[in-house]
Amino acid sequence: MTLHELTIAEAGERLRAGEVSSSDLLEAALDRASLTEAQLHAYLTIDREGARETARRADADLADGIDHGPLHGVPVALKDNMCTRGVETTASSQILAGYIPPYDATVTRKLKEAGAVIVGKTNLDEFAMGSSTENSAYGTSYNPWDIGRVPGGSSGGSAAAVAIGSAFAALGSDTGGSIRQPASLTGVVGLKPTYGTVSRYGLIAFASSLDQIGPLSRSVQDAAFMLEAIWGHDPLDATSYAGEYPQPSAALDDGVSGMKVGVVKELAGEGYEPAVETAVSAMVDKLSDAGAAVVEVSLPTFDIALSAYYLIAPAEASANLARFDGVRYGHRGEGATTETLMARTRAEGFGPEVTRRVLLGTYALSAGYYDAFYGQAQKVRSAIQEDFSRAYESVDVLVSPTSPTVAFEAGARMDDPLAMYLSDICTIPSNLAGHPAISIPIGLDEQNLPIGFQVMAPALGETVMFQVAAAVETLAGFAERPVLEELAS
Amino acid sequence: MTWESVIGIEVHVELSTRSKMFCGCAVEFGAEPNTNTCPVCLGLPGALPVPNRKAIEWIMAIGLALNCEVSERSVFHRKNYFYADLPKGYQISQFDIPVCHDGYLDVTVDGETRRIGIERAHMEEDTGKSTHIGDGGRIHAAESTLLDFNRSGVPLVEVVSRPDIRSAAEARAYAQDLRAVVAELGASDARLEEGSIRFDANVSIRPEGAEGLGTKVEVKNMNSFRSLEKAVDYEIERQITVVEAGGELTQETRHWDEEAGVTHSMRVKEGSSDYRYFTEPDLAPMVMSASWVDEVRVGLPELPAERKARYSDEGLESDLAGVLSASPVEVRDIFDVAVAEGADHRRVANWLVGDVTAWLRRTETDPTKLPLGGKQLAELVEIVDEGVVSSSAAKMVLEGVLQGEGSPREVAKARDLVQISDVSAIEEIVAGVLADNPEAVKSYAAGEQKVVGFLVGQVMRASQGKADPKLVNELLRQKLSS
Repeated sequence: MTLHELTIAEAGERLRAGEVSSSDLLEAALDRASLTEAQLHAYLTIDREGARETARRADADLADGIDHGPLHGVPVALKDNMCTRGVETTASSQILAGYIPPYDATVTRKLKEAGAVIVGKTNLDEFAMGSSTENSAYGTSYNPWDIGRVPGGSSGGSAAAVAIGSAFAALGSDTGGSIRQPASLTGVVGLKPTYGTVSRYGLIAFASSLDQIGPLSRSVQDAAFMLEAIWGHDPLDATSYAGEYPQPSAALDDGVSGMKVGVVKELAGEGYEPAVETAVSAMVDKLSDAGAAVVEVSLPTFDIALSAYYLIAPAEASANLARFDGVRYGHRGEGATTETLMARTRAEGFGPEVTRRVLLGTYALSAGYYDAFYGQAQKVRSAIQEDFSRAYESVDVLVSPTSPTVAFEAGARMDDPLAMYLSDICTIPSNLAGHPAISIPIGLDEQNLPIGFQVMAPALGETVMFQVAAAVETLAGFAERPVLEELAS
Repeated sequence: MTWESVIGIEVHVELSTRSKMFCGCAVEFGAEPNTNTCPVCLGLPGALPVPNRKAIEWIMAIGLALNCEVSERSVFHRKNYFYADLPKGYQISQFDIPVCHDGYLDVTVDGETRRIGIERAHMEEDTGKSTHIGDGGRIHAAESTLLDFNRSGVPLVEVVSRPDIRSAAEARAYAQDLRAVVAELGASDARLEEGSIRFDANVSIRPEGAEGLGTKVEVKNMNSFRSLEKAVDYEIERQITVVEAGGELTQETRHWDEEAGVTHSMRVKEGSSDYRYFTEPDLAPMVMSASWVDEVRVGLPELPAERKARYSDEGLESDLAGVLSASPVEVRDIFDVAVAEGADHRRVANWLVGDVTAWLRRTETDPTKLPLGGKQLAELVEIVDEGVVSSSAAKMVLEGVLQGEGSPREVAKARDLVQISDVSAIEEIVAGVLADNPEAVKSYAAGEQKVVGFLVGQVMRASQGKADPKLVNELLRQKLSS
């Protein structure tokens, strides 16, 4: 197996055995990027020199007996909506072209402290609004399994990089499925942790009450390594969880025997591709065979979750994106008055999907409409939380497809926002509830496109969630890697 | 027709916390522009607010001092609008669940005390400061605008009164008393000239006895209590003039022009602005537990109104109690110590609000450096009572004490101000004066009583003012009658 295909765990073993250096791992990832970027466009920025410097330091530290843990010397990528001091951060928006943050996001700082080597910043849908990475102002990313298709989104760049090997793992952000859906479409593991467990300080906000940072990786164990490096209470984030944290990596080998698994009735049927449904049912059967008690569970509010999400998220976004006014940083439009300067800055700086959501959100919060839209959506959100609570009285975890479909063709849904929004139908409820959920690749369809399996757990239920996810990974035995045909020779 | 004015006051108080409301930047007036800033108060991408616990305690203290209820649970909201000095495009403020609500402040004008209701006191953050360059600093024709974000994120408490105020004088009294409360707490520098406390007035008129409210006009830009009173007075008269001439009032914001002494229309409100308030998702709801509220309540200092009531109970007339109550804390401490030493309340108070205050003003001395103790003042009162010095000489004794010459008794002696109360010494002077003024003695014998006054004056002069005038009077009459 070549270096760029290793998991973090495997790379760590070789690193500590002295067989490879961090610099070797980095060069393997950089070589991979050089070979594939022209086709995939996973990255917006690759910080070759910075990464090489960090890798050299990681090697020197290890030689001196200083070991920062599982991520020590491991090349990782960051979605470009997380601030990196001194490295351009744009959230894939024209409005932040050339913006260089003066500070590190908490996750950036934590990854650095864990000894990770930051390769670069990955592409996303502008301000994380989208499910295909086609809404990037800097060009679409493509799926390594079929470069005519999208890698999903909004963390499509991170997913593509991890799948193709130009990073060993990456961070994404998940507001309605933006980690799990692209993970599913690219055949990698994607995790959205419990809301509040990973600091949002330095994450360019989309919808503050839903946004959560999490890892994309090539194994469930790697996801646990990443999670345990980045989470924890952060005094800089007032919504950060201050209590005790679970220890998911300790439970990876515990299996599912005796576990109660609920299959969500509402996340199946019309709109779900047969190959996806078949693969998911097969995995459910395997879980049952492995000793889990499987039951079908109905969460009726899931049917209206998407509608509630598309009021709450744009409403928060309309305020979160108000700071991009051209006054202090980023793109500035021409204008003789402050009003025209701001209006032109925003008209020129925001792409069509961002504009659509800002308008939608502004409308939903307007006097006279607030109760009917935003207020109503908040009630639905509470109802979804109650539905989840009821379900977790009888099961330990809930399972479903991660995405109703496999990767779709580039451009296929760009003229139909509603079809695009439906990509997130399975993932949104966990965001509305603030619960953790993970996507694990379980197989390929007949077109050789990956299918993802979602495991959801109650708030702070990461341990049980990882326990099931690890079992799913083993039962699936998914070991395929994408091959870019042009590179096959 | 007789008109009644209906006035509500909104007060913005900048808290004097060490750091800002949602970040660690220093709160400092007059610093170099844009030096006390960070990603949070500049609204940089990704930055998040973290509330300042001390600021929450200050607003609780202000609310309690204004007899408000403190909410058990309170929520921050985003108030959305675009402005160059508003870095996030929204202000973190409060909407339907403020920290404090339903209080009051009693104000007295011309001896009449009225209770002014307080609707709410809520927490918010201040904006940056715009300075418009060109065209006299007015925004519309300015050539450029300079932005200073040092003020951005400074904790601000907004206190909103009910429309219970009925005159400009009452508006002024309310503002002054509210400022005194905030200053007493130490919650704010409360300096009008630095803008650390700001007043806006909502003014309307209605026919005397009417129930409803007239068209409301908001008046801004008053930077002293005097200008607040003048602006409200002007606005009431302007509204009456408009209505009596058959005109209609517009709901608008008007700017007080101090120099011209008039209000100008700034902007007309078409209905209420839509700020699209919604719960601030970056901040959890605040929970003010009963024990936390009690902790703050116990820590409250004696407030001006309570103190005035105490002084009155101790026997001071209302005016004297009021003036002393409003005096600097150093002056009031002297009162408490002197009274505890057994000195008479009124005499001590009169010394303090009279000669001591006058001396502070004349010598431009900061009250914290007042070189007078309560024991010294008690001693001064005592030596007057004992007849050691006369009332007039006592003023010079005080002067000496304030100049650091020693205790009142020492100063009286050193400055040779001790009264002559020795009968034989005064008898000697009296004898001399009578010998020098035979004409006067004759007049007295002829029944002219009023020459006694002249002779007393002569004795006092001969004693260089030190003879006890009572004794002088007594001895003179004895001698003349014998």
